[in-house]
Amino acid sequence: MRGLIGTKLGMTRVFDENGRVIPVTVLSAGPCAITQVKTMEKDGYEAVQAGFGERKEKHTIKPMKGHFDAANVNAQKVLAEFDKVPGFDYKTGQVFHVGLFQEGDFVNITGTSKGKGFSGVIKRHNFSRQKKTHGTGHTMRAPGSIGQASDPSRVFPGMRMAGHQGNARVTVENLQIIKVNRDNNQLLVKGAVPGAKNGTVIITK
Amino acid sequence: MNKVQEATKEFLRADLPEFDSGDTVAINVRVREGNKERIQLFEGVVINKRGGSGLDASFTVRKVSSGFGVERIFPLHSPMIASIKVRRRGKVRRAKLNYLKKVSGSKAARIEEKR
Repeated sequence: MRGLIGTKLGMTRVFDENGRVIPVTVLSAGPCAITQVKTMEKDGYEAVQAGFGERKEKHTIKPMKGHFDAANVNAQKVLAEFDKVPGFDYKTGQVFHVGLFQEGDFVNITGTSKGKGFSGVIKRHNFSRQKKTHGTGHTMRAPGSIGQASDPSRVFPGMRMAGHQGNARVTVENLQIIKVNRDNNQLLVKGAVPGAKNGTVIITK
Repeated sequence: MNKVQEATKEFLRADLPEFDSGDTVAINVRVREGNKERIQLFEGVVINKRGGSGLDASFTVRKVSSGFGVERIFPLHSPMIASIKVRRRGKVRRAKLNYLKKVSGSKAARIEEKR
């Protein structure tokens, strides 16, 4: 399997052998049980579906329960699909651990970014603010011009404006794994990871 | 935060003495020049200690070197610190001794010793 599901625990720092500070994010990753093996003949593409975390029985609806029972695994909280490693024989119920990763590997991490609500252009698109004084009206944080006049008589698509920011699926690529802790299923990854603490993250190689 | 601290427990150093703002400390700093490593002494007054008990903790040491105030911020658990010796316990009434930056001359050295 090419990855694991986990949660973000928070950030701290560690030191390398030269005494340099490395900012790290602590992730709890796996164990992930395979809930379904997708094949070319049956599903039209090759993938492995894996689950992570515990789902309470009262939150497990019957169709879900049937899906997990078919794979003979406990009800899982989150499901995600991963690419197969060619040649490996995947079976439902197999469990994968952080041992999948090695120190020094580069991984991509997907999470849901923190929601910022309806944000103006300064926060959302890094616009500059207008002057505070010298006759400026109430336009200090306004976007300014959004286009021309009667020609073209419209605002071009993709014009950067205020709107909802955050709470979106974000992937950060090429984060280096600093440490793999097999005993308590934890990973230390260099740099920041999208989302709040306890947020779900998908780690792929 | 507990889970994060637990995850990085092994990086914490247990060999450091306890010290606080106002104390005069002598720090042996590892300096790497190419392949060679030597030890440099930095001695001064701790004017700031922050970051709690985890790996993020750091402290600031101030000394007056040939008339110029020099401040250096050390990550508390840095492997670059060979050793810390507490030379003198100072009696101070605040945690951040930023006022020392303004006082000059003999006043700066006038932190009373704790008994």
